[in-house]
Amino acid sequence: MRQAWEQLRALIWKDLALELRTKDMLSAMLIFSFLVMVVFAFALRPEAATTRAVFPGILWVDFSFAGLLGLNRAFAHERANDCLTGLLLAPLDPVLIYAAKVISNFLFLALVEAISLPLFFAFFNYPWSGAAAALLAILFLGTLGFAAVGTFLAALAANTRTGEVLLPLILFPVLVPVLLAAVQGTALALAGQTGPALAAWLRLLAVYDIIFCVLAALLFPYLLEP
Amino acid sequence: MSAGKVHAGRRLSGWVAAVLMLVALYAIFFYAPLEQTMREVQKIFYIHVGTAWNAFLAFFIVFLASLLYLRKREERWDDLAAVSAEIGVLFTTMVLLTGPIWAKSAWNTWWTWEPRLTTTLVLWFIYLAYLLVRAGVVEETRRATIAAAFGIIGFADVPVVYLSVRWWRLSHPIIFGGGGGGLHPAMLVALIISVFAFTALYLYLLQMGLTVRQLERRVRHLKEGWRERYE
Amino acid sequence: MVLREVSLAIPAGHFLALLGPNGAGKTTLLRILALLIPPTSGEVRLGGRPAAEAGLSLRRQIGVVSHNTLLYGHLTAAENLLFYARLYGVTERQQRVREVMEEVGLAYAWHEQVRTFSRGMQQRLAIARALLARPRILFLDEPYTGLDPQALEVLQAVLARLKQEGCTILLITHNLEQGLDLADEIAVLVRGSLVYHGPRAAVNSHSLADFFRGQAGGNA
Repeated sequence: MRQAWEQLRALIWKDLALELRTKDMLSAMLIFSFLVMVVFAFALRPEAATTRAVFPGILWVDFSFAGLLGLNRAFAHERANDCLTGLLLAPLDPVLIYAAKVISNFLFLALVEAISLPLFFAFFNYPWSGAAAALLAILFLGTLGFAAVGTFLAALAANTRTGEVLLPLILFPVLVPVLLAAVQGTALALAGQTGPALAAWLRLLAVYDIIFCVLAALLFPYLLEP
Repeated sequence: MSAGKVHAGRRLSGWVAAVLMLVALYAIFFYAPLEQTMREVQKIFYIHVGTAWNAFLAFFIVFLASLLYLRKREERWDDLAAVSAEIGVLFTTMVLLTGPIWAKSAWNTWWTWEPRLTTTLVLWFIYLAYLLVRAGVVEETRRATIAAAFGIIGFADVPVVYLSVRWWRLSHPIIFGGGGGGLHPAMLVALIISVFAFTALYLYLLQMGLTVRQLERRVRHLKEGWRERYE
Repeated sequence: MVLREVSLAIPAGHFLALLGPNGAGKTTLLRILALLIPPTSGEVRLGGRPAAEAGLSLRRQIGVVSHNTLLYGHLTAAENLLFYARLYGVTERQQRVREVMEEVGLAYAWHEQVRTFSRGMQQRLAIARALLARPRILFLDEPYTGLDPQALEVLQAVLARLKQEGCTILLITHNLEQGLDLADEIAVLVRGSLVYHGPRAAVNSHSLADFFRGQAGGNA
């Protein structure tokens, strides 16, 4: 058990260290997030009340696209030099590889969100009057769901000829509950309405996260078979 | 199973499906009464429900077959999943086509984000994703495993989607509610017969599809055997 | 079906050279023995224990040198080895990493990123990686390809030392000169079948070369 924890930490360290060295994923995700934000600003009138109403939706579309970009690169380092084989040879439960990837993808996406969110508020002149804790909770659970399912399906798509093109097609249908709950929850949080409705969405996200984390962890070893 | 028995079994299920379909058509158009406001157009409701039930049944079969394949690694479970998915996507498409026809006539709107219809739409996308995954895996040895993994994840998503759309709809209620309510007994009979008829059709198509896949596999094995012997 | 009814037993501490034309299934056999893929039928036993029951601990005793380096290009040599040391549960990591890097002659490149290494240096580091956990069994898949003379020397020295210490070694090679020197036994795999398995002394490297040329001609 202690050994597994140490191995998990080693795997996470490896992902973070590689990202810090290359900055492949993070820079692409940040720039793309910013770009999508600007495109939305061009498409809609930022000051209009209608835009304010769809603001939560814009946020999550932006995060989803940036996240997708990151996921496509998720296993890139493992493919070079056949490093995945190196991991599979080790006395290592394959589920730890999945868990470590989910955690590192979660951290990258969370970082992108943390930087993008203030920019969104600025560029759309969105008045802040909401509940910070509730918003953070929604962001946390939503991003976790995205990372858990996204990492699994990215590994799955890596086995196909069309790989990166396939990932959005298989990911978004499965993410529908996350997107729904995250957008609705964000809307409520931003309006400061932290009542039972918000709690219901948080519960849905939590249930989704638990179900799919467990399911993905159980199924992940099947994706690694040669 | 001897070739004779299989052939006879297929013929039987073909006849059963054909007969049930005819009975259903009779029940829909002659037995069930005309609905008050919508009159003839309402009858598409029977097709809508009949295909909807099978669309979800087919994906449940994909889910079960995927589980069984991962457990037992027998090719026939992979065949079942593949064929059921192909038929299922057809049925789902029919649900999505008949739905708007009903909706336009009943509520004067082409689409409604009602939970069941919306879940069917997401199911349609999951089916397509499943078929794309099957088409995308190049190595035959891995295709069944990868597809099975996605089949399980995809199916687990369906109930969660339904719940989330329902909650979403509760917070933004639409003026027009779904169907249901009191059905005339004759309509109920017609509905049940329709569901059985479409299920029989599903089973018949399933059998045909499985036979095709088995034949394809036999041909492949024969080719491989010859190739090895003469090289 | 890549392999057909292969039955292979290597006594502990022996050095087996596995030869055969391309596509014979040598790499597949190695991957099965290294517990990367399960066999479709039959079983693998390492140290007398069935691999399927032994669980993860058995992997700690296996070292693999492949023609891919299994190293992360953007990490330094030390970072790579320390990472793998953590995965393998090596005690006193820093010291052990220093030891293996010195053995392969790369101690000076401690802080260099692996992508700046030459092919020979990378292969030497890959060997060091395989040695980290002091494996009892070592698998090598065509390790001689693309090696410079210095790396070659290191590899031969490492193999000689391991053999002396009683490590069981399986070497896949095309290189008939180098590969056979240290071998105790030779096995030949052709089209998935084991066509020969016998002591090294009974085989002449010239006859082997002729045999392979014949095979290659037949496979046109």
